[in-house]
Amino acid sequence: MEFLVCISKAPDTTTRIAFAEGNTRFDEEGVQYIVNPYDEWYALVRALEIVESSGGKVVIASVGGADVEPILRKGLAIGAHEAVRIDATPEEAGQVAEELAAYAKDKGFNAIFCGKETIDHNSSAVPAMMAEHLGLPCVALCTSLEYEGEKAIMTRETANGIEKIGVTGPFVLSAAKGMAEQRIPNMRGIMAARTKPLTVAPASGASATTSIEQFALPAAKAGVKLVDADNPAELVRLLREEAKVI
Amino acid sequence: MKCIAFIQTKGGQASKASLEAAGFAAGIGETVAVVSGELNGDGGLGAVGVSRVLQGPAKLDDAQLAKLVSAATDKEGANLIVSAQDHLGKAVAGRVAVRLGAGIIAGVTSAPDGGSYTRNVFSGKATAQVKGNTDKLVVTTTPNAIGMPEAQGGSATVEAFQTDLGENKIEVLEAARPSGGDRAPLPEAELVVSAGRGMKGPENWGIIEELADSIGATTACSRPVSDIGWRPHHEHVGQTGIAIRPNLYIAVGISGAIQHLAGVNGSKVIVVINKDPEAPFFKAADYGIVGDAFDVVPKLTAALKAL
Repeated sequence: MEFLVCISKAPDTTTRIAFAEGNTRFDEEGVQYIVNPYDEWYALVRALEIVESSGGKVVIASVGGADVEPILRKGLAIGAHEAVRIDATPEEAGQVAEELAAYAKDKGFNAIFCGKETIDHNSSAVPAMMAEHLGLPCVALCTSLEYEGEKAIMTRETANGIEKIGVTGPFVLSAAKGMAEQRIPNMRGIMAARTKPLTVAPASGASATTSIEQFALPAAKAGVKLVDADNPAELVRLLREEAKVI
Repeated sequence: MKCIAFIQTKGGQASKASLEAAGFAAGIGETVAVVSGELNGDGGLGAVGVSRVLQGPAKLDDAQLAKLVSAATDKEGANLIVSAQDHLGKAVAGRVAVRLGAGIIAGVTSAPDGGSYTRNVFSGKATAQVKGNTDKLVVTTTPNAIGMPEAQGGSATVEAFQTDLGENKIEVLEAARPSGGDRAPLPEAELVVSAGRGMKGPENWGIIEELADSIGATTACSRPVSDIGWRPHHEHVGQTGIAIRPNLYIAVGISGAIQHLAGVNGSKVIVVINKDPEAPFFKAADYGIVGDAFDVVPKLTAALKAL
């Protein structure tokens, strides 16, 4: 099996978000970047587990400037075999999907893995868009993947609960929690990552179809109203008469 | 502006998230709905302002659904395509955007201001105003954010709709079984009761379930609790689990780490029950009780049952 795992750079989950230039740009000062957790913990680890047990190769790809190379090295340290940086600076999901699809088009991957969303833009749009560009089925919100011969057996989240499905032939999936467990790279992996191939592929020149005009931070809460622990009936009254939520 | 609303149905009725999406579209322009499969009457769509419903065949995969919605968009000459940002919307909306050469603005949380749409970014830590640069635009609406439109008492006409859809490439081997029983799915739930490590062990979740049942709420949990296997993964709310926006979120024994707050701070009202008065969650709460969960929760349940 040869798998492509698409990974994205994202601000560390503990980041306090701030904006610059009249709230038009994310303020990167002091921000630590990580591999987007859904891409790393679930998509990459599951791809590696399958290849480690039945052979093959895992290629990781990220769309961005030289600043995405540290996360590609992290992916290599966790166990990916090769890394590709697609040399574009996307502003939105549509460009990311188009660039990834242009790269993957003629490579013959058995499956393309993504996380279900990035923790910065949260669109959940890239997997489906990439699948449409490539003419492949897309299994969104996938929670498990096994192979029975050539057939991929997956479970996915739907509005009605967990559904079990089968796909024969290449497909795109977006990984949700449950698919695999986070893997911490060991020293051997980190050393090996330094010499694994990291190549740069040219951009296809996709243009942005949407633009962010301005960011804003949510209004702060007015302050908590504390209720005595011996009087939960008062809380019920407040929820009913003041907040009107029950 | 003419709009297409892509609708998910359950038992022939449009889902709540889809009705919100349809009402959102109807507030912008004349709206034609697209459904796949069975429909009871107009599925409740006329009442939220939809004029006509195009009914396609049942049992389509995401690529076929995208073809159906795109063909309907062309046929109607629509330029705004709206779907809920639910499980199916995440699989289909992006494909529709690619087919139509349209931009996509996903997870919108309020009616547009001119051509500008507001959506959550950084997992709910911030919002962004976004506009489309294309003639056609795909917009998905976050469940339980826009709110249900006022019922208008209208009805929509239903027409069969067919186009070349190609073959279904996803074989359903076992139909979905609801994981949370009769409770509303977390992304759509209006009332959520959530608990964390303060519960000390999975055997103590009975009082959380009882509290949830007393108001018909859906249960959820913090990340550590799902990671150590006390509760199933699908209950994990937060930045790396499910982002929710219920009307009421009751958090029991959860300290309120920034990653947890990111996934729940869209909740309209937050109640925190924690024995540690310094728990950071109190700063993000509307109401709080400082006290031991094992003492407070049963009393709160009793008070709710007395309503």
